[in-house]
Amino acid sequence: MPYLASANPEIQRPVSNALIVFSVLFALFLNGLPWEGIWLMLRPDFVAVVMLYWCTHKPLRVGIGLSWAVGILADVADASLFGQHALAYTLLAFGGVALHHRLQMFDLRQQTTQVFFILALTYAVYALVHWQVNGYVVWPYFLGCLTSTLLWAPLSLMFKAVRQMRVDRE
Amino acid sequence: MTDNTQTFQFFNRGPSPAVRLVFFAVLSLLLLFVDARYRYLESTRSALSVLVSPIQRLATLPGLLWQQAGDYLATQHSLVEDNQALHRLHARDAAQLAQLQALQQENRQLRNLLALPQRGELAMQPVEVVYAERDVFKRKVLVDKGADAGVQVGQVVMDDQGIVGQITRVYPWLSEVTLVTEKDHAVPVQVLRNGLRTIVFGAGDTSQLSLRYMPVSSDIQEGDMLVTSGIDGIYPPGIPVARVVKIERDPAYPFARVTCLPVAGVDSHRHLLILSGPPGLPERPAQEPAATRNPKAKQKK
Repeated sequence: MPYLASANPEIQRPVSNALIVFSVLFALFLNGLPWEGIWLMLRPDFVAVVMLYWCTHKPLRVGIGLSWAVGILADVADASLFGQHALAYTLLAFGGVALHHRLQMFDLRQQTTQVFFILALTYAVYALVHWQVNGYVVWPYFLGCLTSTLLWAPLSLMFKAVRQMRVDRE
Repeated sequence: MTDNTQTFQFFNRGPSPAVRLVFFAVLSLLLLFVDARYRYLESTRSALSVLVSPIQRLATLPGLLWQQAGDYLATQHSLVEDNQALHRLHARDAAQLAQLQALQQENRQLRNLLALPQRGELAMQPVEVVYAERDVFKRKVLVDKGADAGVQVGQVVMDDQGIVGQITRVYPWLSEVTLVTEKDHAVPVQVLRNGLRTIVFGAGDTSQLSLRYMPVSSDIQEGDMLVTSGIDGIYPPGIPVARVVKIERDPAYPFARVTCLPVAGVDSHRHLLILSGPPGLPERPAQEPAATRNPKAKQKK
């Protein structure tokens, strides 16, 4: 059983749907806080990181379709073009689902490197669509990719703690 | 009758990730194309915005609480000072207003004498900014009145000092204002000093505006005030838009680089005014003789 030997045995632990829904809504809330100027550039995409977490940890429950739907909601929240976030999050979810076996084997540091490439792809697709439609790219936008990557480790630890709490209670 | 050559699956998990990826990517691209080209999806967007707007409203709460805490802790000293300053401002404005009314009356009589059409009065609707869009690419804010208050796309938004932007999208209870600093957002203006007509564009990445296509020889100076010219039929005439801060005249280029700063607190103000209803262009002249129309059409190009 390779799972039992993996670095992250918590992957096998149960997660309630409520936790998934709440975490996504909370991520949308965090994205919507009044960020401005340089803080807006540095703001990690909380929704992307949370979706990636669930896609790699519960790929059978949270997959490409759900990520697409969350992307549509993000499009409405940001008033970006319909499908802009959705396309980016679809690729993000595919990256997460495709790499979930590998990520389960890795420790947090190794995971972070893998996550960086998936997030970079997501950010690049979003900027590419914007470039196609409007004809310019705001380069500091990609700073958000770095901060999102840095968010991966604390977020993983936090979810691990939350899920541990649930297991302990039961 | 199971096929033994295929790998056996305990559970039916639906199509493979690759198939899903292609399906949703194509769906997204289709939506993108439809939204960018035809804008058919505005009603869907309004419907979904009802789902999202509670989260958006909730996200503005921390800022509001912070502000309210600040209001609560304001000292009496600062309140008294503010009050005095406001009184002074009010006295000055009242004097100016009296003068303005006399001028308005005079202007109306003169326009009557010259048989020019009268300038219409502008009705205004106060609104409050609820949410600034969290997208580094865009300079847009959402204000707290929408279709239910009769807001329409194309209405002009200003604050107490000048033009802030224009309504570009209307939701049931909110509407979206594109700020003048948005990339390529254009406002037809004229220089207050000499009436020179031009168009001011947003720069997008900074809170500056720029005048493009100003010949190097044109009469424009640093410190010039730009006001709306009103010839577009959307912006009413005579509202301040920007002030010229820097002019670079390089003889190697046919056009001067003119940088301006908006007069209004485009990024800072919470309370804005929506001007009700675009004034509209006057009726076109009935039918011109074909001979005079053609050269005019060429001149325009």
